[in-house]
Amino acid sequence: MILMRQSKKKPQILIHVISMTYLIICLIPFILLISASLTNASALNEKGFRLIPAQLDLTAYEYIFRSPVRVLRSYAVTICVTAATVAGGVLIMSMIGYTLSRTNCRFARPLSFYVFFTLLFSGGMVPSYILMTQVLHWKDTYLVMIMPSLVYAFHVIMIRTFFQKLPAELFESAKMDGASEFVMYFKIALPLSTPVLTTVAFFTAMSKWNDWQTGLLYITKEEMEPLQYMLYRIQQNIQSLLTALSQGGGISVDIRDIPGQNLLMAMAVVAAGPMLAVFPFFQKYFISGLTVGAVKG
Amino acid sequence: MAIEKKGRTEKKKSRRSTRIDNVQLFILALPAIILLFVFCYIPIGGVILAFKKFKVNLGILGSPWSGLDNFRFFFTSSDAWRVIRNTLGMNFLFIVFTTLCSVLFAVIMFNLRNRRMVKLYQTTTLMPSFLSWVVVGYMVYALLMPGEMGLINQVLTLFGAEPVDWYARAAYWPVILLLVKLWHGVGYNSLFYYASLMGIDASFFEAAQLDGATKSQQFSYIILPSLKPVIIVMTLLNIGNIFRADFGLFFNVPRNVGVLYPTTDVVDTYVYRALTQLGDVGMSTAVGLVQSLVGFVLILITNLVVRRIDPESALF
Repeated sequence: MILMRQSKKKPQILIHVISMTYLIICLIPFILLISASLTNASALNEKGFRLIPAQLDLTAYEYIFRSPVRVLRSYAVTICVTAATVAGGVLIMSMIGYTLSRTNCRFARPLSFYVFFTLLFSGGMVPSYILMTQVLHWKDTYLVMIMPSLVYAFHVIMIRTFFQKLPAELFESAKMDGASEFVMYFKIALPLSTPVLTTVAFFTAMSKWNDWQTGLLYITKEEMEPLQYMLYRIQQNIQSLLTALSQGGGISVDIRDIPGQNLLMAMAVVAAGPMLAVFPFFQKYFISGLTVGAVKG
Repeated sequence: MAIEKKGRTEKKKSRRSTRIDNVQLFILALPAIILLFVFCYIPIGGVILAFKKFKVNLGILGSPWSGLDNFRFFFTSSDAWRVIRNTLGMNFLFIVFTTLCSVLFAVIMFNLRNRRMVKLYQTTTLMPSFLSWVVVGYMVYALLMPGEMGLINQVLTLFGAEPVDWYARAAYWPVILLLVKLWHGVGYNSLFYYASLMGIDASFFEAAQLDGATKSQQFSYIILPSLKPVIIVMTLLNIGNIFRADFGLFFNVPRNVGVLYPTTDVVDTYVYRALTQLGDVGMSTAVGLVQSLVGFVLILITNLVVRRIDPESALF
């Protein structure tokens, strides 16, 4: 008996050792980033990036929250864009998902193909870029950040599959009572589908929160920069300042104008924080929603 | 007679009601149909730009045709081989190692008896997936900063090795990018495999244990077969995208440093630079079109092959 338990315990310990190592590897960059953001700027320059702050210092965060115009504005932009995309996207995607799930829908097959095809083939970045800038003239607008991200075929198919699994009797009896498709969508399909809607909402929010590419391509006004793009721009500006400095070239740059590495890292923490704080609450939804079978057309 | 008449009107009525239903269903689908049309199908039509010499003042339709010049220009350039090799090579590494590590981690989690710890491991390893590539770029920079600033170089000097100027040595970057990609994606990808492992009927394992099957037998006869469909579908989707690089990763993590281009420049970063720095709309569209076509053909072929071997696992 004892022997059996021993032989069973050993692999469990081995599993824990492997998993723990992986867990620590996952955490090191986070710790490094947070530690650097909490380190005094000159200590950081002297001693380099360490897992434990060489000299604890909160000035970076003080700076961000005291003269916050740029950071706060970017926060506001990102929050508004994310909220609008999630609300609009979940509504529109669940509407078409409902249509596709209905057995009495005569055009469900061609429409499914119409949706699915966008996953298989795309025109690429450049035609979209020309469309946004030359045809729609959406450069430096909020529309360009919201509209193209509203419908994602993968999510539509996820929602459709969930709706298909709802008990058909519900819809049949509602129909007997004279309910229209609109009413059934709104009163039956939507309220019963919080798991899949939450999953889709979370993933839409995440991709919008982390979206920097839209800013890179379409946003030139500083007051409209979304958070992640602002982070990219700051790093880019510092890099060009430093190159100018190292080349000499008569360009006078006040070294004090260059934000310290601690400030940069603090900004990264502030930009990444909300998503990391929120996702554990959604984890149980998307683990169940993520089975690939749910996506197969 | 009366009954027949009643039946007919009822039929007519139900036919009319299905028509009303279909109109309503169409209205529900309409916003998404329009959005997909504008943002997915119009750009597909926009690929005619690949065959034109685009001039802003002449517009898309007014610009003169240029035949296959844009394609020729790209494929005869010295960059073509480099970016294609990097894209295909790195994506191949990503697919193989992400799948291996994710399956391995999922199986490890499946064999862990302490549910609380499973949750802890999964949540922690998921964290990197929810970072933007910009933030990941910051983190990698903190690890790899030149001199004795970065953590890795500090560790190297601690062991008496010379610090490495990572951002100037192209040879290291395939490995660096692979590790960053795995760090970012394995936790997330393993969830797919874990979910299908959780779906296995527990009685299989009980029966196997009663019959005296060893752990490795259980692995190859229960666990692996049940993971096979997921592995195939995920690999299919990845192969369809093998000519498309992860722009965020390749753009942010190597910080767009020219010295590193020999190993870090991929089709997508090249297209972006061709568009923004050279303003070459025609060529960058042409390259994008090649990417889409190759991906499309690859996914059709692999799907066909999979359907021959294992119809259940095919994507469509």
